[in-house]
Order: sequence, then C-alpha cells, then structure tokens
Amino acid sequence: MISLQLPLKDEDILSLRAGDSVLLTGHLYTARDAAHKRLVELVDAGKPLPFDIKNETIYYVGPAPAPPGHAVGSAGPTTSYRMDAYTPKLLELGLKGMIGKGKRSDEVIEAIKKHSAVYFGATGGAAALISKSIISSEIVAYPDLGAEAIRRFTVKNFPVIVLIDCLGNNQYDIGKKQYAII
Amino acid sequence: MRIVQAETIQKEITRLFLDAGVNIEKDVDTCLKNAANNEPSPVGRNVLEQIIRNNEIAKEEKLPICQDTGMAVVFAEIGQDVHIQGGSLENAINKGVRKAYDEGYFRKSIVAEPLFNRKNTGDNTPAVIHVNIVEGDKIKLLAIAKGFGSENMSAIKMLVPADGVEGVKKFVLETVDKAGPNPCPPIIVGIGIGGSFEKAAIMAKKCTAKPLNYSNPDPNYAKLEDELLESINKRGIGPGGLGGRTTALKVHIEYAPTHIAGLPVAINICCHASRHKSCII
Repeated sequence: MISLQLPLKDEDILSLRAGDSVLLTGHLYTARDAAHKRLVELVDAGKPLPFDIKNETIYYVGPAPAPPGHAVGSAGPTTSYRMDAYTPKLLELGLKGMIGKGKRSDEVIEAIKKHSAVYFGATGGAAALISKSIISSEIVAYPDLGAEAIRRFTVKNFPVIVLIDCLGNNQYDIGKKQYAII
Repeated sequence: MRIVQAETIQKEITRLFLDAGVNIEKDVDTCLKNAANNEPSPVGRNVLEQIIRNNEIAKEEKLPICQDTGMAVVFAEIGQDVHIQGGSLENAINKGVRKAYDEGYFRKSIVAEPLFNRKNTGDNTPAVIHVNIVEGDKIKLLAIAKGFGSENMSAIKMLVPADGVEGVKKFVLETVDKAGPNPCPPIIVGIGIGGSFEKAAIMAKKCTAKPLNYSNPDPNYAKLEDELLESINKRGIGPGGLGGRTTALKVHIEYAPTHIAGLPVAINICCHASRHKSCII
C-alpha cells in the first residue's frame, strides 16, 4: 500500500503503476456531468474556472446529503466515461488526477499519457465506507446543481487503485486478461 | 370490496424505500460473502471485502449503501376488489418516495426533463410506476431503487427467431463485456425474452428483484440461466472490473409469449447494491 499526499507531485505520478493500491490524503475537488459541462463552457469561452485546476485531482462523485453529525453523506464514485468528452481539455489545463470507476475513451488515455496524469478507481458502491475517509466538504461552485455542485473535500487515507497510469497501462485490461477462461 | 387508504400506501412506500436504501438484501449479502471466499483474484477479493464492510456500515449507521440512491421504480399489483380512498395511487406513491428520500438523506437524482434543461425535481419524484390489476383484495408493492451506473449498461435488441438460443447467449455476453467495470460488478443480470419491445424490458427489470436462489421453473430456461452465469464468470471481468471470477451473482430470465416474427431480448443490469423491498397490504 502506497500513501500519497494531494495535490499529487509529478514524481509520484511517474512512479505509480496500474494496479497499485494507494491511500490519498489532502484535498481534492468533486465534479460530475453537469459541473464538467459548465467548466468546459468556461474554458471554451476563455474564462477562468471557479478553482485553480493546476495539479489538482477531481473525484467524480455526487454525494448523498450529509446526515447530522457527518461531514458528508455516502460518496462513492460515479461512472467516468460520461466525463470523457470534457476530460482532455481539463488535462490540458493541468489537471493531474481523476478518481472514478469504469473505462475511459482512447482520447482520454492519450491525454493522460501526454500530460503525465493518473486515473484512479474507487470501489463503486462502497459509498458509505468511502465517506469515512472524507473529513470535510465545502461547496466551491454551482450550489444550484445540488449533488452535482463542485465541492472541495479534505480526505484522509482515501482508498483507491491505479486504473490507468501515466504510461497508459490499464488495470481493467490487465486484470481481465489474467482471469479470463477462454 | 375492500377499502385501502391512499395514506396507507404512501406510508408503506416510504418504509420500503427507507429500508432498501440502507439495508442490503440478506441473500445478496450471503452471496457476496461466499464470493469473497471463492474469488481467486486478490484485487477482486479486496473489492468484495470493501463492499461487505460498506454494507455493514450502511446498516449500522443508516447511511445509503450507495450515493446513487436510484430512480424509484414501483411495481403495484392491485387486487380488483380493492378501492383506494383518499387520493390517487400515483400521488400516494410519489408522496411516499418524496418522504423516504428526504428522511433518509438520500440523493435526489431525478431531472424533470431529459434533454434541454435537465433541472432536478429536488425530491426524487416522479417514480416510474407499473400497475397490474389482479384477482383478490390485496395490494402488492415492489419498490426498486435503481441506480443508473448499471441502468446505463442495459440493452434491448429485437432478435429474429432464427437467432435462437445462441443468438440470445451472444447478445447477453456482448452486453456484459461491453459494460465491463461500469455497472459495478458483481452484477445481477435480468433478462426478458419474448413479448413485445416494452414487455421484454419490463420483464427484465422485474428479474433484477427476484431472490438470488430463485430459478425459472421451466427447466430449459433454468439451464440457460446457469449456462449464462457460468459463461459470464469466465470473462475475467471480476469484482469492480479489476479482474477475477465473480462478475455476476445471478442471471434471471423471464419469458412471455411473442409474435411469430419476433424474439425480443431485453437485458437489465443491476449492480451489487440490488436494492428492492416488497410488501402486501
């Protein structure tokens, strides 16, 4: 198990390989479908983003509301491919880490390699468990989007696995090949 | 004639969704634990252990099993000797859903219009409601909280009779392969065969809420369920899609009479958080 601090450092990203289990500590931003659409509309219009995306990590999540006494409600990953159309533009601006679940497009994988970034996976459906590693949550932008608003999470030992590393190695392909019976 | 108050239906719907959102079905829990013992892939086993632990935390702390607390789908079987008093069935169900998603701190995931504005309705209504009128004076309610990670990986195809059993198998395996890690495996695969375009889809949805130890009473279909489960688990997708032998927990098939020209097949995929509860009023 590897422990890493967020925001990620370039040397950390270069050393990670598909299949590595990692515990993330620090801060990250949340964004899913609707927030990505707005962010890329700003990029296309040449306007600044509501937060500095350089070197940051985005977690694809729309958390459940926080019950009293909790920093956040259940907060597992959503399926990442829906963000694929927007992701290369954000990587271009310096986004370094993404956390989600599921496959990515060839364009995203190429952009991950080009910009030396990393795509992590969190366990889909382990939302109550994951919420235990989220210490604080504050809305940064788009409160009108409700669960889809952009939040800044402080996380401690958030368990993830490297799905696609900066060389383009893909744990989904590696794992499937290893256990397929043809 | 038996009178049932709309408020009774509303209260039951609230209770069912509150229960489904946080308490994993016992059979699913048992099946996940067995899978964790038998899964040869260490990374796959780790995913299963996380899921099992997650479901314990959800139950202990009344937290939603998954942040996607789903679209509310309700199958209502209404006895023809029942009269509902004090409001409409639809209103009662939607009021019940609204209360559950508010009280349970569940996520509100429904947009009022799908294409242009996509504005959230703010209370997770409306529910998708399927009503059947049956004999008797009871009301049976089945509440399904359907997450869309797996819903998005579902598929329907109008096969032709010549495609036969092999055509059905090919379509199912293609669909599961294409879905890969996206629907949060281990999955439950609901398959509707026959009927019309929409009938097949509705059967497939109902299949996702059947008990895991249930098999189709027709031995041909039961055998097909088993063969498909075995083939799916040989694909190597595994828990979380990270590689392993536990890709599906169960394949359920329901069939219906169909047209001489047709062989509709609908596949509704459900994630490991198979959330459904039912009651009889």
